[in-house]
Amino acid sequence: MKKETIGDSLSRVDGRLKVTGGAKYSGEYDLPGLTYGVLVPATIASGTITAIDSKAALRAPGVVAVITPFNAIKVPGYQPEASTRVKGLKLFNDNQVYFNGQPIALVVADTFERATNAVSLVKATYQAQPFETNFNKNIDKGVSPQNNKDYLRGEAYAYKNAPIKIEQEYTLPSEMHNPMELHVTTAFWTGDDNVTLYTKSQGVISSQRAIANAFQLDPKNVQINSRFVGGAFGSSLRTWPHEVAAVQAAKMLNRPVKLTLTREQMFTLVGYRPHTVQKVGIGATADGKIVGISHESHSQTAVYEEFTERSVNVSRFLYSSPNVNTVYKVVPLNVGVPAPMRGPGEATGSFALESALDELSYALNMDPIELRLKNYADVDEEKNLPWSSKYLKECYQKGADSIGWSNRKAKPGTNNDGEWLVGYGIGCGAFGAYRSRSLAKIKLMPNGTVNIQSATSDIGPGTGTSMVLIAADILKIPAEKIVFELGDSSFPVAPTQGGSATVSSVGSAVHDACVALRQKLNSLAGKPENNTDDIDYAKVLTQNNLPFLEITQESNANEEAKKYSMYSFSAHFAKVHVHPLTGVVKVKNVVAVVDAGKIVSYKTARSQMIGGAVGGIGMAMTEEAVFDDRFGRYVNGNFADYHVPVNADIPQIEAIFINKPDPIINPIGTKGIGEISLIGVAAAVANAVYNATGKRIRELPITPDKLI
Amino acid sequence: MNQFQYVRPAQVPGATKAITNGANTQFLAGGTNLIDLMKMGVVAPEKLVDINNLPLKKIEGNAGGISIGALASNTEVAEHPLIKANYPLLALAINAGASPQLRNMATVGGNLMQRTRCPYFFDTAMPCNKRMPGSGCGALEGYNRMHALFGASDKCIAVNPSDMNVALTALDATVHVSGVKGKRAIKISDFHRLPGQHPELDNTLQKGELITSVDLPASPFNKNVHYLKVRDRTSYAFALVSAAVALNIENNTIQGARLAMGGVAHKPWRLTETEAFLKGKPVSLDVFKQAAQIAMQGAKAYEHNKFKLTLAPNTLLQALKTASGLKA
Repeated sequence: MKKETIGDSLSRVDGRLKVTGGAKYSGEYDLPGLTYGVLVPATIASGTITAIDSKAALRAPGVVAVITPFNAIKVPGYQPEASTRVKGLKLFNDNQVYFNGQPIALVVADTFERATNAVSLVKATYQAQPFETNFNKNIDKGVSPQNNKDYLRGEAYAYKNAPIKIEQEYTLPSEMHNPMELHVTTAFWTGDDNVTLYTKSQGVISSQRAIANAFQLDPKNVQINSRFVGGAFGSSLRTWPHEVAAVQAAKMLNRPVKLTLTREQMFTLVGYRPHTVQKVGIGATADGKIVGISHESHSQTAVYEEFTERSVNVSRFLYSSPNVNTVYKVVPLNVGVPAPMRGPGEATGSFALESALDELSYALNMDPIELRLKNYADVDEEKNLPWSSKYLKECYQKGADSIGWSNRKAKPGTNNDGEWLVGYGIGCGAFGAYRSRSLAKIKLMPNGTVNIQSATSDIGPGTGTSMVLIAADILKIPAEKIVFELGDSSFPVAPTQGGSATVSSVGSAVHDACVALRQKLNSLAGKPENNTDDIDYAKVLTQNNLPFLEITQESNANEEAKKYSMYSFSAHFAKVHVHPLTGVVKVKNVVAVVDAGKIVSYKTARSQMIGGAVGGIGMAMTEEAVFDDRFGRYVNGNFADYHVPVNADIPQIEAIFINKPDPIINPIGTKGIGEISLIGVAAAVANAVYNATGKRIRELPITPDKLI
Repeated sequence: MNQFQYVRPAQVPGATKAITNGANTQFLAGGTNLIDLMKMGVVAPEKLVDINNLPLKKIEGNAGGISIGALASNTEVAEHPLIKANYPLLALAINAGASPQLRNMATVGGNLMQRTRCPYFFDTAMPCNKRMPGSGCGALEGYNRMHALFGASDKCIAVNPSDMNVALTALDATVHVSGVKGKRAIKISDFHRLPGQHPELDNTLQKGELITSVDLPASPFNKNVHYLKVRDRTSYAFALVSAAVALNIENNTIQGARLAMGGVAHKPWRLTETEAFLKGKPVSLDVFKQAAQIAMQGAKAYEHNKFKLTLAPNTLLQALKTASGLKA
């Protein structure tokens, strides 16, 4: 029987469940007495709700309740700002409206359709106040966030004195996560102090803490289930106000409540990549040595909560430069609060830095790869630490070979294929390799099968598949004998799935638990602790009269790691065709090369790289949420008008892994790929479009109107 | 979505009677547009008359051309051998629209009736004269990137979103309708209207009239045709600009041209002057460039759709090049 090892190409362990409908998502739990909640959105962008007329809604068939700020029970954790234990919008706690689309009421009915009908019958009256949603108009009102310091190495704005310099502004519109699965929370109480949620969550432990905080419960009395998640991309990293509202409604009605967002509400209530304007200056000597980088960023946030991300940080370390300064500000507007969206700030920042670097290469008349090699950072000049591992040069080389970089013409607009202009581009990125405390419980059964539990999540990367491969490798048993369970807050504590850290954190706990089990079995079998020969696990249990063997292992980041700077690195390459008359761009080929340490699960890792590249193509080519600032409302907040890329937009995508283990970060040597898979893609595409046309698009997305 | 009554008559007279009797009643065919509008609260009919049981699905060749039943699905039309052989422009246009799933459901009659995709029409929290006469035009000084270049009014600058309609217009279709007062035939160019002072009216149908078929005359335009749709993504997106081009070329001379553009007006925009210019001219890049400029006479752009003043002639030029097989 085949015994899988780390790095194998195992099919998704829950793939069959997912394609046969056997996987049960948060919206699919049918409970006795279940009711359906649909939110009523505000139609003003700022002001107070003076009254809500629910009479007609309450008379409509099947309606159980209309919960408003005027009749809702208080959420005990919602306290005045200074002492609050709950971050963000406090739904139904007061009658303030901070953004258009903010929920002002929750209709609960016996079916989803009847609740939806009654929503249209709820009439609110407001006292409207002036509001601002126009980012450019308010950019001067940007403030330095509390948790963010400006950065300076050497001299500020040193690029201005360099012989060759680039100084440009790059704009990203707001982009929506838009996972296929809508956000759903089903909540029910058992008594006064015990609540259970089936909810879409990237971290069941953090959800447990958030709900416990909001209702001042012992976390032990809050059960969070999120076994399957139909995509999230960061939109379920936190517990949203409407999740608290579902719990609140279930308490008020003493019945289970299932609250499902509509697709349109997914544009206003679960975060987005914030509209960001970045000014980048780079100066270099005539032979291409960078002497100064300046990166200043303004991002939108909500008036009721400050959201920050690391859009400027990449400029501090990706290239060697004696002088670097970064400034990061947020602009509070009457909008919903943003959230990290795949790649998050690093992807935003990389678009600006990597576009500017491309502009510099043309100003220098130097190949973009050569420019990157010339300014290769051999150490992390921000932290002044050595890299734990870095194979970015290898990424450049493999990507260039694969895309056919030698076919690139240095002079823009000179490469043709029939009527089409042809261009090649490169965009690079880095994302921190993180590891945090995680636990895993392993149980060896008498028949020799193994069950592993950890309260982690799988929003799509194939977490279970990776964990099973790690366990199979160490226990030296076939993958089919191992079951990995996740998405339940009663399992041993694990971090939220985000920041590409799950395999590094949870995988290390699984690794350590398996090693401990193996050692225990070796000693029970009378073998040396480090014996690697096969042993018959079932037989060892029988011989020792053990019904099973269970070990819970805690795994933490190692001290040694503090002496190093740890990042995953990527080089993305794109080849595009551009039609000179119609401005239509066809991305013909994408090559994604990543140094992410050891690849644990080849097949699902490759899928992640492809998914990230698709997200990056959307960022580059199609995605843009547009406000009408007169009303503070999105004009394209739906799937027809907000364009995620379709299959016809996506070319062949090749994923290449350097696949060399990082010697420091964790026992497996893996650095993470979820975020890095998107970082750099948008710049690669925009740079390829420039190479094809000579037109530099500094404001995404690259739609046909910008190229004619 | 509101609560509504639902009936499903089996014959045309029953259907038109059911509509005429109701105060706020609408026909339901494929439902790919109407149901969305009901979900968004844009329309709220008290009664739906489901016409899917009516015998209006046939596609038949006749001496003069072809008759397409109003309930034939978009897919059935695009895949029909007679359409592919004699009216390839129509097949190209239909396949440029929506997605396969939508084309399987959507009908020819329904596609003719498709409402605009103007965001202000779709959002009941913003003004729109088409949805609520007198409330104002949200697009005029708002986000008007997708909006009209031709024939707009101060009441409405929305565009007809259909691809099929553009090809039907170029091909001189006739829309046959039936109502309680009898049957009549409407030329496609008279079917859709410009907004004028009444943008709430998309077309010239009278209350209770039901589209029964769309007929196309015999056509020499079955060889040098092209439908070019420029959009923000490769599939499942409405046209920024589209061009339907059908040329009858003999010995490198254009004997006749049928041209229409989409995404530029409240109705499919037939280019009769450009057609007249092309007649008798040789196939050449210069001729096509001049034609593309003639087509733009009278165009007026707004804040966000100025690019269409360049994109529209470029799209027409490219479609002319492709249809004629002109290289370079």
